[in-house]
Amino acid sequence: MKVSYQWLKEYLDLDVAPRELAEKIARTSVDINDVYQPADGLKKIVVGKVVAMQDHPNSDHLHICQVDVGEEQPIQVVCGAPNVTTGKKVIVALNGARIADNVKIKRGKIRGVESNGMLCALQEIGFSDKIAPKDYSAGLYFLPDDAKEGEPVFGYLGMDDTIIDTDVTPNRGDMLSMYGNVNDIAAFYGLQSHFKELPVEENGTENTGDLVSAKIDDHKIAPTYKLRVIKGVKIADSPLWLQIRLWNAGIRPVNNVVDVTNYILLKYGQPLHSYDYDRLPGHDFGVRHAKEDEKFTTLDGDEQTLKANDILVTVDNQPVALAGTMGGEGTAVSDQTTTVALEAAIFDPVMVRKQARRLDLHSESSMRFERGINPATVETALNEAAELIKELAGGQVTKGIVTGSEKSAADKQITLSLAKVNHVLGTDLQMADVEDVFSRLRFAADVKDDDQIEVTVPARRWDIFVAADLYEEIARIYGYDNLPSTLPVMTRNRGGLTPRQRFIRASRHDLEGMGLTQAISYSLTTVDKAKQFQIDPVAEPMKLDFPMSSDHVATRMSIISGLLIDIAYNVSRNVNNVALYEEGRVFLPKGGERPEEQEHLAGAITGQMLANDWHTEDRPVDFFQVKGIVERYLHNMGLTGKVTYVADQSRREMHPGRTANILLDGQLVGFLGQVHPSTAKVYKIPATYVFELNLESLIAAPKVANEYHPISKYPSITRDIALLVDDDITNAMVMDVINKRGGAFLKDVHLFDVYSGLHLPKGKKSLAYTLTYQDDNDTLTEDQVNAAFDKVTKSLTDTLGAEIR
Amino acid sequence: MGLKEKLADLRQQGLQEIENSQDLKKINEIRVKMLGKKGPITNVLRGMRDISVEERPKVGQFANQVRDDLKTAIEEKRAALEQAALDAELAAETVDVTLPGSPVAQGQPHVIQQIIDQVVDLFVSMGYEVAVGDEVEQEVYNFEKLNLPKDHPARDMQDTFYVTPSVLMRTQTSPMQARMLEKHDFSQGPLKMISPGKVYRRDTDDATHSHQFNQIEGMVVGKHITMADLKGTLETVAQALFGDKLDVRLRPSYFPFTEPSVEADITCFNCMGKGCAICKHTGWIEVLGAGMVHPNVLKMSGVDPEEYGGFAFGLGPDRFAMLKYGVDDIRNFYQNDVRFLNQFDEKG
Repeated sequence: MKVSYQWLKEYLDLDVAPRELAEKIARTSVDINDVYQPADGLKKIVVGKVVAMQDHPNSDHLHICQVDVGEEQPIQVVCGAPNVTTGKKVIVALNGARIADNVKIKRGKIRGVESNGMLCALQEIGFSDKIAPKDYSAGLYFLPDDAKEGEPVFGYLGMDDTIIDTDVTPNRGDMLSMYGNVNDIAAFYGLQSHFKELPVEENGTENTGDLVSAKIDDHKIAPTYKLRVIKGVKIADSPLWLQIRLWNAGIRPVNNVVDVTNYILLKYGQPLHSYDYDRLPGHDFGVRHAKEDEKFTTLDGDEQTLKANDILVTVDNQPVALAGTMGGEGTAVSDQTTTVALEAAIFDPVMVRKQARRLDLHSESSMRFERGINPATVETALNEAAELIKELAGGQVTKGIVTGSEKSAADKQITLSLAKVNHVLGTDLQMADVEDVFSRLRFAADVKDDDQIEVTVPARRWDIFVAADLYEEIARIYGYDNLPSTLPVMTRNRGGLTPRQRFIRASRHDLEGMGLTQAISYSLTTVDKAKQFQIDPVAEPMKLDFPMSSDHVATRMSIISGLLIDIAYNVSRNVNNVALYEEGRVFLPKGGERPEEQEHLAGAITGQMLANDWHTEDRPVDFFQVKGIVERYLHNMGLTGKVTYVADQSRREMHPGRTANILLDGQLVGFLGQVHPSTAKVYKIPATYVFELNLESLIAAPKVANEYHPISKYPSITRDIALLVDDDITNAMVMDVINKRGGAFLKDVHLFDVYSGLHLPKGKKSLAYTLTYQDDNDTLTEDQVNAAFDKVTKSLTDTLGAEIR
Repeated sequence: MGLKEKLADLRQQGLQEIENSQDLKKINEIRVKMLGKKGPITNVLRGMRDISVEERPKVGQFANQVRDDLKTAIEEKRAALEQAALDAELAAETVDVTLPGSPVAQGQPHVIQQIIDQVVDLFVSMGYEVAVGDEVEQEVYNFEKLNLPKDHPARDMQDTFYVTPSVLMRTQTSPMQARMLEKHDFSQGPLKMISPGKVYRRDTDDATHSHQFNQIEGMVVGKHITMADLKGTLETVAQALFGDKLDVRLRPSYFPFTEPSVEADITCFNCMGKGCAICKHTGWIEVLGAGMVHPNVLKMSGVDPEEYGGFAFGLGPDRFAMLKYGVDDIRNFYQNDVRFLNQFDEKG
C-alpha cells in the first residue's frame, strides 16, 4: 500500500524522517518496496498563468502563449495542448527544467517561434495514465486559481509528500488501511493515535428501509452486507485535497462520490460500492452465485461470461455487481446521478480471490476482500462515506442503515504463559514487558497470576488466532533486534552425511577429477525426449496436467537427453569441446501413485577432453576414452561385484556398433557409447559419446573394504604374447581364457596392442598381451613360468583358434 | 740431475700436460702414462738404489707427493671437463619456460552445487542430518500438512505443476518438514535437519523466473529450541556465506507453516548499505525466510506442540548465486554453457 507520510502525520505526532519510519516499519510490521517523493527527479516546474495567446503562424494546432511565471515579464511558450486557455493557472516547465523520465527542457524554437519552456500535462510531470484524472488526460492540468505564479507546483499537487510503499504479507490485511498503519506505528513508537472518525448526521427525511431492502440468503458469500442511500447529490470533481490523497495512493480521481468511496477504502481498508439508485432494476438487494455462462457487463464495458463459482450482487435478482470485484456498467454512478445507494460489505475472501483471478480483475477492493475486512468498522466506514458525500456532493443522507447480514465483531481471548513466551522466544521478559507490548497495541490484557496473562484481541486484528500469533506480536514490538542470538544447545545428534549421500558426493568429485564439469539441466522435458536413452526402458513418462510450455511437459527418464540439449547449446555458440556430467533424479512411472525416483549419473562428451595444444596430439573423444572414465569411476567406487561390458544393438538412440551395456554381476546398471548419428542430427550436435548409470544399483551393491595386502618381495616375470585371431573374437573372450588357464601365479594381464589392417589376412586381427607372473612366497623359476605360459598358449589356440605370432 | 730434480721435472711436465688437455680421453691417457706401472715416476724410482740410505725416504716421500699432486690435478681436471660436458648437454636441452604447460582434464562442480555443498557442510558441522526428499510430492505434504489448506491465498503465490489432484511437482523443499517430523524418534533427541533439492513452479522462464530452481530447507525441533536460536542460526549461515562484516536484520514476514515468521536480510554487499540498484536502494538484501514451526504443523505430524517446538528456515541457492556473483539471468544456471560454468572455480 502506498502510505502517505503527510496523511500519517495527521493522526500521529511523528518526529522521525520518512526513511527512518520506513526502516522501522520494515523491521516491525511489513516489508517496504520503496520510499519516494512524487517530485523526485523533477525541478524548475512552477505555477504559470496564461495571460495571452495567439495562433502559431506555421501550424494549425500550436499556440503562442504569454505566461506569467512570477517574473517581471511573462515568458513566451509555444504550446500544442488543445485545452490551453487564457486566464488559467498551468504547470510550466521553465528553461532548464527536468520533467518526467529525466527529460530536460531547453529554450528553443518551435517552427520558427521562440519557446522558453513547456506547459505540462500531469503525465509530463510523472503521473501515470492510470491515475491522471480523465478530464485532463488529453491536455494541460489546471491548477487552482489561487495558485501563486512562479511557485513550484509540487506543494499544490501533493508531490512534496513522501510515499512509503509497503509490501503487505497475506496475513496483514489490516495494514492495507491508514487505520491499520496508524495503529501499528503508534504501538511500536509508543505514540498516541489521533485517528478521527467522522460521524454521520442523517439530514434526510425518508427512511433508508423505504428505499432499499437487502436479503442475504447465503451468509457465506456476504457475512456482512449494509446499505445507505444519499438523495439529491450533485456529481462534480472532488476537491484537490481529496484528489491528492487518491493519486498519491495510486488511485485515479473520478468524481466526488466515487472518490469518497476510494478515500474510505484507503482510510479504513473497507471497500465500498456506489450505485446510481435510479438506474437499479428494482430495490431489493441480494447476493448469489452466478449461473453458469450468465452474462454481465462490468463498468469497464467488458461483457463477462460467468461461472457458477462467481458471486454477484443482485437487485431484484438482476446482477448489478461482481461482488467485491467490480460494479456493473448499467448502474454505475455518472454525471447525471442524483441518488446514490452505498454498499459496505464483507465478501468471502476465497470467492472474491478466485473470481478476480479468473477474470483478471484485480483491484484495490478485491485485494482487500481477499485479505479480510475488519468487521468492526464496516458501519463506521459506511457512515463516514455518507457524511463525506453529503459534504462534498450535497444531498440528504436518509435515515438508518439497511442491514442484510452482519458478521460478529467480537474480541478474542487468548491466555498466554509468561514462561512459555520466554521459552519460545529465548528471552527473559518480565510480566511488565509483556503487558507493555499489549498496552501499546491497545489489546486489553489481564494478568491472572505471575505466569498467566489473558489477552483480548480486538476484531481489527483478524490475523491473530492462537498463542503463537501473540508471540509474534511480542517479538516484533519488543523488537527482533533485541532478541538474543544463540545457537541450539549441542545435543547428542551426530549429524553428517549418510553413506548414500557420501557415495553421491564422491561420484561427483570423481568425475570432476576426470575432467567432466557438472551440469544441472531441466527435469521437465518433452515426452519424446523423456523416453530417450533410458537404461531399462519404461513406456511412458509422467506427464504434467497443465504444463506451461511445450518444452517442459513430462519428467525425464534419463539424464542424457538433457545433457545433449546442453551440448547443442554450447556447440551452437561455437564451444566445441564439451565434457559434462550430471547427477540427479529420473522419474520412472511403475504403477504407483507417484513415479519411482532414481538417482542417476550421466555424462556426455563431444569434441576433445583437452583443447588443442602445441604439445599434445589432438585426440577427439572416442568410445574408449569414455569407457576409461566409466571404468575408473566404477573402480573407484569399490564395488565387489564383477563389471562387464556387453555390446548392445537394441538402443535406438545409440550407435549400434559402439554401444555397451554395463552389467554388475550380470545385472544391467547402465550403458555407454556413441549417440546414434541420426539422433545427434536431431539434437543438432556433432559426434557425442555418453554414459548413464543407475546409482541406486551402485549404492546398494556391496563395496570392497580397503585392506592391506603385503607387497611380494619376490621378483615378477613377464611374458608377451601376440595372437592372430578372427575379427569376431573379442578381448573379453581372450581375457576369459587367459584368466581361466593362467595358473596360480598369473598376477596381471595387460593388453598392449590391437592391430588390424593391411599386413594381416582379411578378417583377422592381432591382439598382444603382457602376462605378469609372481609368487608371493618364493622366487619363480623359468620352468614354472614356461609351464604356465604354455598352458595359456595352448588353450588360446585350442579354444579360440588363435595363431601365436 | 738428481732424482728429486727429475721428479720435479716430471711433475712440472705432467701438470702442464694436464692443464693443456681438453677432453676426458686425453686426461685418461695422461693418467695411464704418468701414473702407470711403466710410467716415468716408477722409472725414476728405479734409480733409488743408487742413492744413500738417508736420502731414500726423503726421495720416496717426494715421489709419493708428486704422484698425489698429479692424481689430484687429473681428478680436478676430469671433474672440470665432466662438468663442462654436462653443462653443454643441459644447455642444449633448454626449453622455453614461458610455453604453456600441458593441459590437464579437470571438471568442476556447478555453481549452485557449490553453494548447496557449502551450506550443507556448514550445517553438518553443527550436527544436522541431511534429508533429501522426492521431487514429485503428494499434495498433502506439499501444502496441507504445512498449514496451507485448499483455497489458502499463499497457494496462489506458488503456481503449481499438478500431475493429478493429489500429486504435484513439489513447489518447495518444505514437505520434508512434515515428513521428517513424522519419521523422527524424539526420544533420541531433537530433530536437526537440512534438506536441499530441486523445486518447481508453474512459471514462464525469463531472466528472473525459472520453472525449476533449488531450495534448502532447515528445521530444528526439540524441547528447548528458541527464536533466539533461530536468530543465531540465521546470522551464522548468512555470515558464513556472505562474510561476517555484514549485518543481519530480521523482519516480520508471513509463511503459513511458521509463526512467528521472519525474513532475514543482510547488508547489501555491493553498496555496504548505502543503497544501490542491487538492493533496490534499500541497503538490504533478502536472503532467508524462517520462523518458529507453527503449532498446527507439529500437530498434523503427530508432534505435541505443548512439549516440542522449534524453528524452520528456507533459502534459495539460485538466488544466493545470483547475488553473490552478480549473475543477472537465472537461465544461465540451467543452460550449462561451459563458458559460464567454468567461471566458478572452486577455491581450495
